[in-house]
Amino acid sequence: METEMTDRSGTPLVELRDISIAFGGIKAVDRVSVDLYPGEVVGVLGHNGAGKSTLIKCLSGAYQADSGEIFVNGEKAVIKNPRDARSYNIETIYQTLALADNLDAASNLFLGRELVTRLGFVDDAQMEAETRKIMYRLNPNFKNFASPVSALSGGQRQSVAIARAVYFNARILIMDEPTAALGPQETKMVGELIAELKRQGLGIFLISHDIHDVMELCDRISVMKNGQLVGTENVADVTDDDILGMIILGKKPERVA
Amino acid sequence: MSDSVSPPADPIKPRDGLLTRFLKATELDTRLIGMVGALALIWVGFHLYGALVNNFGAFLTPRNLWNLSVQTSSIGIMATGMVLVIVTRHIDLSVGSILGFCAVVMGMLQVYILPPILGLGHPMIWIIAVVAGMVTGACVGALQGALIAYLKIPAFIVTLGGLLVWRGTGFLIARGETISPVDPTFALLGGGPYGAIGATGSWIVGALACIGIVALSLNGRRQRRKFKFALRPVWADVFLAVLACGVAIGAVLLVNSYPWPKGIVRQYAQREGIKVPEEGIFISHGFAIPVLILITVGILMTILMNRTRFGRYVFAIGGNPEAAELAGINTRMMTVKIFAMMGFLAGLSAVVASARLNSATNALGTLDELYVIAAAVIGGTSLAGGIGTIYGAILGALVMQSLQTGMVLIGFDAAIQQVVVGSVLVLAVYLDILYRGKSK
Repeated sequence: METEMTDRSGTPLVELRDISIAFGGIKAVDRVSVDLYPGEVVGVLGHNGAGKSTLIKCLSGAYQADSGEIFVNGEKAVIKNPRDARSYNIETIYQTLALADNLDAASNLFLGRELVTRLGFVDDAQMEAETRKIMYRLNPNFKNFASPVSALSGGQRQSVAIARAVYFNARILIMDEPTAALGPQETKMVGELIAELKRQGLGIFLISHDIHDVMELCDRISVMKNGQLVGTENVADVTDDDILGMIILGKKPERVA
Repeated sequence: MSDSVSPPADPIKPRDGLLTRFLKATELDTRLIGMVGALALIWVGFHLYGALVNNFGAFLTPRNLWNLSVQTSSIGIMATGMVLVIVTRHIDLSVGSILGFCAVVMGMLQVYILPPILGLGHPMIWIIAVVAGMVTGACVGALQGALIAYLKIPAFIVTLGGLLVWRGTGFLIARGETISPVDPTFALLGGGPYGAIGATGSWIVGALACIGIVALSLNGRRQRRKFKFALRPVWADVFLAVLACGVAIGAVLLVNSYPWPKGIVRQYAQREGIKVPEEGIFISHGFAIPVLILITVGILMTILMNRTRFGRYVFAIGGNPEAAELAGINTRMMTVKIFAMMGFLAGLSAVVASARLNSATNALGTLDELYVIAAAVIGGTSLAGGIGTIYGAILGALVMQSLQTGMVLIGFDAAIQQVVVGSVLVLAVYLDILYRGKSK
């Protein structure tokens, strides 16, 4: 791809080391290690049930790994819940978007981190003003600030979820199937946003099914199958077929020496 | 740009009808209008029925409406808490039993336990009893909340168990006896001629309400201007403020036009050494204390729901529990707090209910859970979670009480009352479903 190579000589922004997690005897994730450098997009690929979402939820705090360690900026991080993840500037955009449908955009954006007045009351006006600012940057067509998000289109809801991650100065962004529910126009918007965030030095884990998306947006890919890591490759070094082979057959591409 | 005036979400269009324009400009909740309309229909209906059939319309009289306000208090107080419970997709079937249990605890304290220690009629007795009752309620609620949140037992089961447990516990403590009379100061909290604040006090309350309404209106405009959001037209704000002040002043005039009964006046005059003239003395009741408690609870709960993080989290949990958890909200602790709050309010209701009866019995509050849930649901609280208002629940309680009072006044017997109240509940929820379907 045309993207310049990421500098991977320093300390990784985040490193998941030997992560395992089992549900009722089934190993959803089995000794998987992945890492992520500043300004890098790493695609996490695999079939449904390959364990990619589960792996990444250990980083976002939704699950706790049975074993393994997480390092943020080279230091061991303890992430027991989503609040802990947020304190390491890890933000997640879930596939389900995780929006409270009955609340408006501003309430969702600031959920769990409300702006308050001096008296400690939620400052709805201030939050709406901030939301208007960031939405203008992300999606200038977004006008519907008063309605609950259930009244919004898929793309608009996605914008709210993205705005929530971006607003709070994430250093590490996890995007779980960010374009799954979007039309071509909105998918393009998300692609541009990822490029922009990359330039700002964020590290992004992109979970996706879509090989095309991945080839376009990612610097490296980590492929999982049956809970195990098949391998991690530079996107520039592999073809679509190589990646498909990794996903479907769990086979590492043969090196053309 | 973000610093230009942004258009309102739903701009007024030139082709809108007069009513639509009015609603958009005032931003009035159509559900609120619907409920007030239904209430008006019930009131006028019962009054006319009485006037035509019994030759006496007893409903729209100061006396009946004053009593109605007092009777609504106990259910209304609990209904505000039930909103939080139902919004978070839970249910509390135990509130009536908690009420009975708290009433017995308070009764025991002020009749058997405290007087020997402090001396009969000690001014601290009623305060200790009230605090103890509400703390008891909060503890019971917190315990049930903890079972629901941490042991993952469904709220329906925990509170169904609570319904039996607390009723039984109350019976054991009181040994099935009726505990009376309660402390005289405590009894004032239940209303009655002495338990009301009189004409002057009511005017002060009315004036404070008007000041509050105007302050809210001005503050709203200032906030919108500060952030350059679209302002309501001035006439709409003025209209709303005048309407709200009108309601407040109307309520004061109403409660002040209901005089003390002759017997009470005579008693009072004798004690104060006043000579009662031939035509009697007109002493107004004014607002009853339990009604003021309900109004205060309503205001505080509204602030809690709409202006605090706690309230925001209640709605978020109701809208999407998983999203709330992922947003870093401690949803389990929230559940404990919500049920503790419900228990606290049941304790407060116990104060009002037992003070009104001047006694505490274990049977107090029997079936209240159903009326409380019905009030919240009629008031627009969605059992699917995420939606509900405090004012709706209080109006819902008023609708339920109006139906019951109205049927008593026109002489329907208890069986018919049950049939009607039950049917209205089902009908109200059906109308609500229709309304929601339309507004989507």
